[in-house]
Amino acid sequence: MNKILFFFILLATTKLCLAQDLDLLDEPELETIDYTTATFKTNRVVNGHSIETVAKNEFDFKISHRFGFLSGGPYDMFGLDQATMRIGGDYGITDNLNVGLGRSTVDKTYDGFVKYKFLKQSTGLKTMPVTATWISHMGITTLKWPQPDRQNYFSSRLHYTHQLLIARKFTEGLSVQLSPTLVHKNIVDSTKFKNDILSLGVGVRQKLTSRTTLNLEYYYVIPNQLEEDKTNVLSVGFDIETGGHVFQLFFTNSSGPFEKAFITDTKAKWLDGDIRFGFNIARVFNF
Amino acid sequence: MNKTSILFAAIITFGLMAFTNHSGGIYKTNTGNINFFSHTPVEDITADNHKVKTAFDAETGKLQFSVLIKDFEFPKALMQEHFNENYMESTKYPKSTFTGTIDKMSAVNLAKDGTYKSSITGKLTMKDVTKEVSTMATFVVKGGIVNAKASFTVNPVDYHIAIPKTVAAKISNEIKINVDADYTHSH
Repeated sequence: MNKILFFFILLATTKLCLAQDLDLLDEPELETIDYTTATFKTNRVVNGHSIETVAKNEFDFKISHRFGFLSGGPYDMFGLDQATMRIGGDYGITDNLNVGLGRSTVDKTYDGFVKYKFLKQSTGLKTMPVTATWISHMGITTLKWPQPDRQNYFSSRLHYTHQLLIARKFTEGLSVQLSPTLVHKNIVDSTKFKNDILSLGVGVRQKLTSRTTLNLEYYYVIPNQLEEDKTNVLSVGFDIETGGHVFQLFFTNSSGPFEKAFITDTKAKWLDGDIRFGFNIARVFNF
Repeated sequence: MNKTSILFAAIITFGLMAFTNHSGGIYKTNTGNINFFSHTPVEDITADNHKVKTAFDAETGKLQFSVLIKDFEFPKALMQEHFNENYMESTKYPKSTFTGTIDKMSAVNLAKDGTYKSSITGKLTMKDVTKEVSTMATFVVKGGIVNAKASFTVNPVDYHIAIPKTVAAKISNEIKINVDADYTHSH
């Protein structure tokens, strides 16, 4: 008998509670697909591309400088007397598909690329551990032919780089990227050297504040593909984001502002003090 | 314990249930809108959230809002990224809430089409900072749907939203929040 009474009391109170409680704030959120954003501050780690793409109809104007060696000392103003530069930009055809063009002082090179983000890191309804982007670059060297008398082919001016960029934002602060890379040169100095050069890039970024990050980038070139005096490129960078601009200040041992140059043409060694200061300035315009 | 007392208990129980079902009840939506607008001579910044969860109790006037920061949509993708990354830190503080009351709930006749006004007072929480907010709201009852509109201003500094000096000229310290929600009765 008591149990029956208890049952009614329980029913009455629960019903009352249900009817009166406004419990919106404790309600679980509907599960959605949460895409990871801002794995990197901008679409370059230091020298090389990051998985980031510019949004649709946005143009990211970029100016990059790499100065001379710090080891030049005060006579060379620690390298500031010399500089290589690239001027160019990335454009978003869609949020995931970008194209870019640039012109570098290094070997008077024009470069262009197509970049496509085909996987996006996400949590929630759909779990994807990484973001992945494919990028194919082409470069045209427009230096005067060193031997104009011999038969020269336009194709000898061309080089290509293909990269698979895979990145994961592990925490709010830490992102890591792996970049398997193939550089193809149409012409090399000797049959001893490879036309197709394989390398693996590693990029790490750690957020210092909400607007600044520390970046590390290293490209490991698999041995016995290049001339013996070539070395791997190592860069340490510092990103400052100010709203519309991202300033990337860095130290690197390469003067090359495009892939083929910094991956396969780097000779300077950090241990010899042959380090260059450089910066990228990125400014995004909306259309 | 006898049959009479059980019957009595049953009558009270079902009577209460019937009573609570008919008196007021909860009005709710998951697709409320919040827009914010920051005006400065340099730049106007605006964003919309169309997935606002909000409800009120027609009997007590208790009112709640639950807003996911990442659901604010900006015309520029980069602005949206900076809003989440730098200003609101939405990974750390994913939600903003409001709990308060519709002060003159009894003056809003939900059974009769018409336009009603009431002040709203309550507590707004953003980035773990809670502040008192009060404003006037307009309720338009039409065919069982209650449209509510209200606006008020907030100062980002009050909610520990850090604005660097370099962009201070672009972000107003009086950001206007416009709320617009269509509530329906929820059973």
